[in-house]
Parts: sequence; C-alpha cells; structure tokens
Amino acid sequence: MEKTILDVRNLRIRYGGSPVEAVRGVSFTLGRERLGIVGESGSGKSTVGRAMLRLLPGATITADMLRFEETDLLALSEKEMLKVRGRRMSMILQDPKFSLNPIRRVGDQVAETYLRHFQCSRREAHDKAVAMLEAVKIRDPERVFRQYPHEISGGMGQRVMIAMMLLADPDLVIADEPTSALDVTVRLQVLNILDGLVRDRGIGLIMISHDLNLVRNFCDRVLIMYAGKVVETLKASDLDHAQHPYTQGLLAAQPRIGGTRQPLAVLDRKPEWLEESL
Amino acid sequence: MSVSVDVCDLSISFGSGATAVKVLPGVSFSVRSGECFGLVGESGSGKSTVLRCVSMLTDFWKGEVMIDGRSVRDLPLIERCRTLQMVFQDPYGSLHPRQSVRTVLNEPLVIHKLGDREERMRRAITDVGLPVSFLDRFPHQLSGGQRQRVAIARALILEPSLLLLDEPTSALDVSVQAEILNLLQRLRAERGFTYIMVTHDLAVVDHMCDRFAVMLRGEVTEILPHEAIATNGATHPYARELIGASLEYEGVR
Repeated sequence: MEKTILDVRNLRIRYGGSPVEAVRGVSFTLGRERLGIVGESGSGKSTVGRAMLRLLPGATITADMLRFEETDLLALSEKEMLKVRGRRMSMILQDPKFSLNPIRRVGDQVAETYLRHFQCSRREAHDKAVAMLEAVKIRDPERVFRQYPHEISGGMGQRVMIAMMLLADPDLVIADEPTSALDVTVRLQVLNILDGLVRDRGIGLIMISHDLNLVRNFCDRVLIMYAGKVVETLKASDLDHAQHPYTQGLLAAQPRIGGTRQPLAVLDRKPEWLEESL
Repeated sequence: MSVSVDVCDLSISFGSGATAVKVLPGVSFSVRSGECFGLVGESGSGKSTVLRCVSMLTDFWKGEVMIDGRSVRDLPLIERCRTLQMVFQDPYGSLHPRQSVRTVLNEPLVIHKLGDREERMRRAITDVGLPVSFLDRFPHQLSGGQRQRVAIARALILEPSLLLLDEPTSALDVSVQAEILNLLQRLRAERGFTYIMVTHDLAVVDHMCDRFAVMLRGEVTEILPHEAIATNGATHPYARELIGASLEYEGVR
C-alpha cells in the first residue's frame, strides 16, 4: 500500500428530511488494494459508496476529510465532479437489468464513457469499447456491441457494466453488490474477471457486499458496518478471528457446507453497538 | 400430518405453435413423507416452475403429480389448499401493502369456513415467533424477516402437510436468514412437514435438506443426498461444476 487513493475521515451523511444520520462518522483510507465493506441492509454501506461519487441528491454530506488522490471531493462543483465521475472514479451497480438503458445498444453505452472523457473519433471509441468487451471475456464482442440489453444474459450484462466502468481507466472502482443478482457459477467468472482487471491495472477497489464469503475471497481488507458506523476493520484472511460480537454473530449465522445442521446462531443485537466506535 | 410427493414425467410448454417453448421436458422425482427435498440450479432452469406445477398455480402441464398416492388434479380446490401451501421468494412483493396481517391471515379461514379464527390467528403468529400485537400491523411496519414470517404464518394457518418454499430466504440478510431457517427446521421437527425447497444456495441445502435435485434447462440431472455437497460426490458434469463453484466460493477447498 504505497500510495493513498482515498482518505475519508469522520464521514457523516444525513438524508433529506431524516432526523438521524444514515452514516455516522466513518473513517478509512484506501491504497491500491481491494477493500470490502460488509453489513446488513440498512447499515449504510451503499450510502458510503455513493457519497464518494456524490450521487446522493438531497442528502447532507459532511466530513473532516474526503480526499480522492489530490482532490477534495467536497469542494468540487458539480461541473468539476462530472470530470471525476466515470473518468477517475466509477461505480459498478448491482443489477444490470436496471442499470443499462434498455433502448440503447450495449456497445454505444460502453463507448459513451470514452467519447465523453477523451477527444476522439467515434471509430476510435468503438474500437476501444470492443477491445474492452473482449477484455471482460465476451466472445464475439462485435455482435454483443450491436445488441440491446434485453438480448444478453445477466452475467453478460454485468460484464458489460464492468467494461463500461473500466474503459476510462479509473483509479478507483466502487462495486456495489456486483454479483448478488447472478448465479453461483457465473458469479465466480465475473468476480475473477473483475479481480484480474483490477490487479493488472493497479486500480483501487471498494467492494460493497452483504456476502461474507465474497469479501473473504476477493478482498484484502474488510470494514464491517453496523447502523452507520464501522464496528471493525480486519484483514480478509483474519475474518474468522473477528473480535467484535457483531462480526462473530454474522459469521455464525451463516449456514456452511459440511456444517453440523444444528440450529444456526441468531444475532443478539446489543444496544451498545450503536454507540461504540472504532 | 405429512405426505409423500411423486412427480412423474412432468412436462410443460409455454406459448403455442411454432413459438412454443418446452420449459420442462420431463421431470421425475419423489419426495418421501416428512422429507426436506431441495431443488437447485441456475436461474431459468425451471425450479420455480416445478413448484408452480405441483401447487397447480400453473395447471396446463402434462404428466403426473401424486400427493400421498392421489393425483393433485383430482384433489378438490379446498382440499388441495389444506394439503399444500407455498411460501414465495420476495417478502416485499408477496404481501398486500394495504392489508393488515390480520386480514391476510383471516381470509383463508373465511374461505375454508374454519371456526375459532382469533385463536387460530394467534397461534399462527406465535408459531412463527412474532408477538400477537403484530396482527394489527401493515407490511410497511414490518422488516423483511418479519414479513417472511408473516408469509410463513399465512401458509401455516390452514395446517397443510406439504410446504413449497420458493427461495424463502434469498431476499434476506444472513442474520435474518438464520432466524427463518431455524424457524423452518423447528416447525418441521414439531409438525413433521414435508418440504420442497427451491434455492440457489448449496450451503442452505446442506443445512436444511435431506436430498436435492440439480436441475439444468428443465431437466433433473441428478438427485443426491445432502452429504454429497461437502465431498462433491456428483457424477453429472453440470452438478459437479455447480457444487465445485459453490465450494470454491465458500472457500472450502
């Protein structure tokens, strides 16, 4: 971890009209590594990811520091933010069915990233997009380029999303539940492709997921979030030696292959977890 | 209180003429009385369609589905609903947003002309581990796990013998999934239900089911005991791939 890509200190987010904060003082740094953020639904993990890209209209974001490389994200105007989004930092969303435009050809949507951020001809953008589709292991990329989102499978759609988000060669990719809509067999393929590209290009990756197995296998470090706070930070390989009762509870609640088939441990949520911080 | 299920050469096509698509070419399996039987496979492999055929939600199939030796087609509607009930995948979509829990639970009792309604509703809601006061709540006042409990209570209120579970926990967090799986296990131990459970999570299958069938493009490729997961004892190449991928994903090597 030689260079810090992202430095977040005391991030607080409050949605418009809400009396409580959705994210309450989250701090972390990210280098050229793969960071997992796990937690249950409603723990604020996706909100943190979206705040990095300032994709939260109507929400109040405050932080002591929200620095992305040399840029202070909170100080940027919306116009300047457009140059960051998709170019230097991008986000892979959960479900390709809802995140691709249904009435535009897949390839045009991928090429748009390149056309928007670089001075180039349509031909050049097309070639770049096809090469990128090939890099995410889509067979016959020229044909897929001309297809519409409803003509491709979910696994392929998610690979198209990855291609779209990596095309501009960003420094940071935020993947929000990138594979939870996919079957197990396809899930592994997609994750391996994402993993390979992120490693080869030295991209920082934030993987937001509720799936402990996924972060264990595909991340270097893991933040565990509960009710808008980070309760524990661990190396992914040390996940089984988690100290916090919430993390231990999540791990114990998971059925495992070859397990004992005894009733699973149920989380006993302690009120003090809401208050303590790291 | 429990029944056996025999599915024999079940086939179904959607559409007609040249555009007809054969979704299930001919599925056969049998579930013993009191067994928990899993159906796994990738999306589009026909797992849920099998459940919809067994429950007669889709009724234009060919073949034979026998429940305790009687064809499900010969069961009168009322009796069929008392024998089998289904729990759907998405607790956010399967409860009527404008109906209270009480209305949801009361309706089957009215249709089936059962007495002691208040008592039965109280029992169903306590059986799934919710307080009786929840009867007067609406779905938006419940969490995902609580909604799924209500959906299970709705299925239980007619005291069926066979529960068809269509991905009952895939929309839920692990911590909530644990609660629902424990509930289903406890109910089976207490009442001796027969379960047919559709899921894509082999860890859940290993935890819950006695045997499971691996489906691919509408066909049952292989029926295996749950012990075969940990050792990858499948012989069919697709079943091996699926189990292998799940083992790799879990990090059990």
